[in-house]
Parts: sequence; C-alpha cells; structure tokens
Amino acid sequence: MENYVIEMLNIRKEFPGIVANNNINLQVKNGEIHALLGENGAGKSTLMNVLFGLYQPEKGEIRVRGEKVKITDPNVANRLGIGMVHQHFMLVEPFTVAQNIILGSEPTKGGGFVDIKKAEKEIKELSDRYGLSVDPSAKVRDISVGMQQRAEILKTLYRGAEVIILDEPTAVLTPQEILELISIMRNLTKEGISIILITHKLKEIMEVCDRVTVIRKGEGIDTVNVKDTNVDDLAALMVGRQVNFKTEKTPANPKDPILTINNLQVKDSRQAMMVKGLNLDVRAGEIVGIAGIDGNGQSELIEAITGLRKSEAGEIKLNSKTITNLSPRKVTESGVAHIPQDRHKFGLVLDYPIAENIVLQTYYQKPFSKNKILSFKSIYKHAEKLIEDFDVRTPSPRTKARALSGGNQQKAIIAREVDRSPDLLIAAQPTRGLDVGAIETIHRRLIEERDKGRAVLLISFELDEVMNVSDRIAVMFDGQIVAEVKPEETNEQELGLLMAGSSKEKARQKAGDNK
Amino acid sequence: MMDNKKLNIIIPIFSVFLGFLVGAIVMLAFGYNPIEGYSALFQGAFGSMYNIGETIRRSIPLVLSGLAIAFAFRSGLFNIGAEGQVFVGWFAAVWVGVTFDLPAIIHIPFAILAAAFAGAVWAFVPGILKATRGVHEVVVTIMMNYIALHTTNYLIRTLLSDGGSQSGRIANSASLATPGLQEMFGYSQIHWGFIVSIIFAVFVWFFLEKTTYGYELRAVGFNPHAAKYSGMSVKRNIVLAMVISGALAGIGGAMEGIGTFGYMYTHGAFTNLGFDGIAVALLGANTAPGVVLAAFLFGALKVGALSMPPLSGVPSELVEIVIAMIIFFVAASYMIRLLIMRFKKEEN
Repeated sequence: MENYVIEMLNIRKEFPGIVANNNINLQVKNGEIHALLGENGAGKSTLMNVLFGLYQPEKGEIRVRGEKVKITDPNVANRLGIGMVHQHFMLVEPFTVAQNIILGSEPTKGGGFVDIKKAEKEIKELSDRYGLSVDPSAKVRDISVGMQQRAEILKTLYRGAEVIILDEPTAVLTPQEILELISIMRNLTKEGISIILITHKLKEIMEVCDRVTVIRKGEGIDTVNVKDTNVDDLAALMVGRQVNFKTEKTPANPKDPILTINNLQVKDSRQAMMVKGLNLDVRAGEIVGIAGIDGNGQSELIEAITGLRKSEAGEIKLNSKTITNLSPRKVTESGVAHIPQDRHKFGLVLDYPIAENIVLQTYYQKPFSKNKILSFKSIYKHAEKLIEDFDVRTPSPRTKARALSGGNQQKAIIAREVDRSPDLLIAAQPTRGLDVGAIETIHRRLIEERDKGRAVLLISFELDEVMNVSDRIAVMFDGQIVAEVKPEETNEQELGLLMAGSSKEKARQKAGDNK
Repeated sequence: MMDNKKLNIIIPIFSVFLGFLVGAIVMLAFGYNPIEGYSALFQGAFGSMYNIGETIRRSIPLVLSGLAIAFAFRSGLFNIGAEGQVFVGWFAAVWVGVTFDLPAIIHIPFAILAAAFAGAVWAFVPGILKATRGVHEVVVTIMMNYIALHTTNYLIRTLLSDGGSQSGRIANSASLATPGLQEMFGYSQIHWGFIVSIIFAVFVWFFLEKTTYGYELRAVGFNPHAAKYSGMSVKRNIVLAMVISGALAGIGGAMEGIGTFGYMYTHGAFTNLGFDGIAVALLGANTAPGVVLAAFLFGALKVGALSMPPLSGVPSELVEIVIAMIIFFVAASYMIRLLIMRFKKEEN
C-alpha cells in the first residue's frame, strides 16, 4: 500500500443549486508537492476548504495518515497537522511577524503575560531550519509581499503543520520571488512536509510539482505524474479541449502615434511622486506592453491618462490633441477606452444589471436616453447584442453583474470598452484571476483591436502576458520607462532584472550568463 | 434560490409580524391581554372614519421624511438631518402662509416650494462639505438639526410673533385642510397633503428608476469608484442627492405647517418626524412604494397606540416597543433571511 498522508475519497459538496465537488479523489503522498489544477470555479477552493474544515462534505471520507477523520473546523485541521496559506494573507498589519504567528496560541509566562522573546526565538529557529529568512520582529506592514507569504508559511509550521495548502501562492509575487518560493517549497519537502499547491499556472506545476490532480467543473478528471505529462496535455485536461498558448498574431503594422506622453509627473494619494518624468508613445496598430513590478507607478500612470488623477507636470496627447488633466468623461469622449485593473472597484457597478453596466459611459447619449429619460428598451437591445457578440455567459441581461463569474464580468467590460471604437484602448491587468479559456479570448480580442488599427496599451504584472501579446515592451521602474525591448529579442530573466532596476546592459549580460 | 426582489418584500412583512409577536409576548409578560391590546390598537387606527383620517394624517409627513431618507440612502448617503430639514420646511411654509395673501392655487404651491427650498438649503451645507472636504454627512446633519431647532424657535418668537411661543395662523388660501374633507373623515385633522405625499412618492420613484439623474445617483450610491471611472461627477451627485433629500424632508415639514396645524409653535425637543423617517425608509426597503406602505403602518401604529390605554389598559409605550422590534427585525434582516432559507429547505 502507498504511503499517503492525506486521502480525500469520493468527496461531494453541494451548495444550493450547484454541485461544487462531485466524487473527487485526492491522494497526497508523504513529502511530495501535489498540485491541484483547475480553472476558476472548478471547485479547487471548495475541496481545500473541505480539507481545512471550513465546509462539511455531503459524501465521501477523509483520511489523514491512513486514519479516517472528521474535520469539523480549522482547529481540528490544525491538530491533524494541516495548515493553509490563503491567497489573501490573514495577517494583522501593525503587528510583528512573531505576534502574527503566535496569534491564537500565545506562549505565556508568569501567569498570562505573552512571552514574545521565547516566541521570537522559536520562530527564528524554524525560519532558519527551512531557509525562510523571515525577521520575526519586523512589522508586517513594513515587509515585502514575498516575506509576508513566508510569514504565513511559518505560521502553519509553528502550529505543527505537516501538510501545507498553498492557495495560488505565486499570484502576488515577482519573478524573482517566485524562484525563492520554489526553492523554499523544495526545502520544506526535504524536511518531510507535504505541500498541496492550488494553481492554474501550468509552468509552475511543471517546474516544481511531483504529481498533479486535475479537476474540471467540480469533477475529478485525473491524477498524473508531472514527469509523464506536458503543459499542453495538462491544459487540455483542465479546460477539456486543446488550448493555444502562443497567442497567434501577425507582425504589427504601426502607424501614426495615437498616445504621446511627455515628461509626465504624477503623485499618489499620499503625495509621493510615483510617475517621475515619463515618456511614452503608442502608435495606431500596435500593442505596447508595460512590464513592471506592482507599485512602480503603473496605476498612477493609467489614472493620469484616463483623467482619474491629476498630473503635476508634463503632457498627455491623444491624436496630437492635449488631454492632460481633462475629466474622465472628456477623456472617454475623446476616444480612450479603459479596462481597469480592479474590475470590481472601478469596472462595474456590481449591483446593477449587466445591461446597465454596459451603458455605464454612454447612458446619457442617444439612443439610451432622451431628454434625461432612460430608454430601457434601447439599453437592453444593445446589451443583448454585445452579450451575444462577446459571448458573455449570463442567464439574462437583467442579471446583476455580481452574479457573473470573473471571466464573464471581464468580457462584459471588454465588450463595453471595445464597442465604443476607441482610438486608444488601455488594458490594465485584463486577465487577472481569469482561467486559461477566458485569457485566450481576451488576448485574441486585444489583438483584433490592434489589427483594426487601434492603439493598445497593456499593463500587466504577468510577464508571460506582456511577452505574448505585446509588439513592443516598455519596462517601467520607479516611475519611468527604463527600457524598451522587443518581445522576440528578450526573455523573462532579462525583463525580471530590468523590472528590478538593472540597466539594460547589465540585465542583458546577467541574463546571458545564466543561459 | 429566491431573488432579491421577493426577499425585499418578504423580509419587511416577516419583520412586522415578528415585531407584533414580540410585542404580544411583552404584553403577556406584564399581565396584559395581547388580543385586547391589539384589537384596541386596530380600533384606534381604523375603527371609524375619524380614526382612519387621523392615521392618514399621521402618515403624510412620514411618507415625505421616509422618501427623503430613502433617496439619500440610494445615493449612498445617510441623511440623519431630515429632522432639521422638517423644522426649516415647516417654518418656511408657515412663513409664506402668514406673510402673503395669494389665491390658493398659487399660495399652496408657493408654501410647499418655500419649504422644499429651505430643506434643500439645510441639506446643501452637509452635501457640499461632504463633496469638497470629505466631512461625514452624519456629523454635519446632526449638528444642523440643533441649529434648525433653535433657529426656528427664535424666529417664531421674533419674526412670527411678539415673543410668543406660537406663530399666527396661516391664511386660508395657504391651507391644505378643508372643512369638507375633514367632515367626511369624522372631523379629523386630515388634509390634502396625502395627495402631495403620493405625488412626491411617484416623483421619487420616477426620478430614481427612470432618469439619467437617478441612474447616476444610484451608481454613486452603489460604487462611487466605478461612477467616477465612467465619467460621472461624484461630488455633484452627492450635493444633488442631499439637496433633493432635504427638499423632500422640508416638504414633510410643510405638511405639518400648512396641513395639520396651520401654524408653527416653538419646540422643546425634536418632533421625531425625521428620525422616524429612517425607520420608514428601512422598512420600505428604500423604495418609493415601500416607503408609502411603511409610513402608513407607522402612522397607524402611532394613532392606534392612543386608544390602547383607554380601551384595553395597555400602556401606549408598548407600541413603541412593537415599533422598535419591527425596526430591529428589519435591521437584522440577515437573520430573517437565514430563517426563510431554512424554512424553504425543510419544505423541499
């Protein structure tokens, strides 16, 4: 018999109206890195929440080290040695790492006083043992996202976890941090820890995992050895059909500049200068991708172009007309469309029906309203057409945006933005959190827009996306465009170094050395 | 799964039912007969044409203050200042009523317009402070309430009387109360304000649901970030929402001024018309039809309560408990949602 540390057998979990998990089997061997692969909404998180005791399954059994158990809540899971690092960290920001880690199981001395010294010492030891290099006395709000994540891992270890569930751990990390995380995961398994990695990123699985269990639409599809498979097969298993990864596109045919930015300076809400004299051109018929680590002024740049934020100095021109510091409505009317980075915060009024979201910038124009009275007939007719054209899967145009999946929400936004036939389309993180199928569609749309002669400005933290879709890559670091490269002439390593502030020569040299 | 619209109807009804149930338990606990108590309440609210007239009369300002608060709520604002806006509206209407001599067809609309204007000005201050300076509207409107209370008291003593505690009577041409209507309802204090309140309920519904203004206001209420992103002016909408909300509350005050009383007196404390509007809006799920029904229920409870001590010996304060329990159960709608869900599940 195989030595399984975790076995979930024939798990079935229902929610009113849907079966989230149906007869799923997951068997994790001791000391392996086991990937749980599936699209958004496939049921990965539900399955892990069952294992972590947040949900009770309707059917099926869970065994830990061969023994049948009932995990009624996360405390039981902790006692059984199961720990979970959530995608959104569960940390108290003003607390130190050590204070966060001991929260809920504080060591005490002298009748009720927290023994923080002892805790810090223990945590330091643990950190060193697994090569996590976390400073226990640092405040969480002062440390990088990567270190916060390691603090979360440390928290599970401190509580005696032998199986750690990592939920989409690389989504928030830079390429360099991802490499660090991978080596940490290897260290952990050397020490006998088993890892369940929830992800929909195939490259990571190929790189770090031993075995992978694929689930699709709530059904367990297969469990395969990573060394016996490849990216294409995994993608087909996950999506249920062959997937095209390399986005097909013809070479760009750039024409006149549509967007011209000269010496732009923008401050953030805390009055810190975030865009520091930026210059950029985007021409008709090309996609310019901005690569950069989050927080280097990308958000402020987009907000300045779209009129959501005032710029301090410099000039933004659209079709040679200056649009600097115009209101968002004026910018929109002059031919800019914007797929916002945070679709829930900016892109949609979640409590409005899809149809009313589709006219969010045009409701005041004919035929959607006349003499300030809305024409719901025209609004719904228009929405029905776009829903059809852009394949937005919604029960009805009357359905609230909140009820749609992320991919379909995004498709609705893209439908709305593209339909206005803008001269400039700004796409900020257009595929964040979406699954392979939706990503494919959205990339294809962006390229179609380019081919129609529009200028496309793509901002993404996913290097793959920037490299695949762009015709030209502008690397943004510390509020400036520090380098421009052609996607076919660069690689992830070089881009990663440029994004971290290395000069182009240095980056090229270093990236070359490592080959 | 039940859709939201249905739940928006079921939850308030269920809350009202639970409120009455808890009220009954309290009556029992204090040795009163709840059946007697509630039948006295019902008698008091609907027992005769007089009582019905009084119930309607009591509901009229509540419809308007409820609409005022619902309107602000839908735009993402909490206008706790409806109380103060009622005061200034009441005062403005009475001032127009006593000062001018005009034909009724002009005098009444003029008085209502003056009240709306006064309420709007009173709400404009917190609106503009919120929009330009980010000052929370709750803080400013609470302060504005006190300013309204004491300023109107002062003006009644100085401008509308010679140091008295009551203004003179408004001209008949400004009055919404007509002897014919009052006679029909057993000489109650009913007045034509019920038509005014229905007109404004229809206006609020139409404005919010059917016009581009309402579309913007609701978008700002749901998600100001998305509203800004799509080119709406969040600041202008905040001010507009407060101004309209204040105007509605001001008209609520006018209903007392040129309808029920025909004058204004100095107040030692708040009328609670504005504050009750919060409960009315909450129970009415912030929709115009819901507000009308909720205001009618509150009017009935308040008028009916007066008959409870003489007819059944139950103290009228108990009605306040019932009202409080209804509000509690509406506010705790999450709990009721769960109860309804469980009920549904067992049914299946």
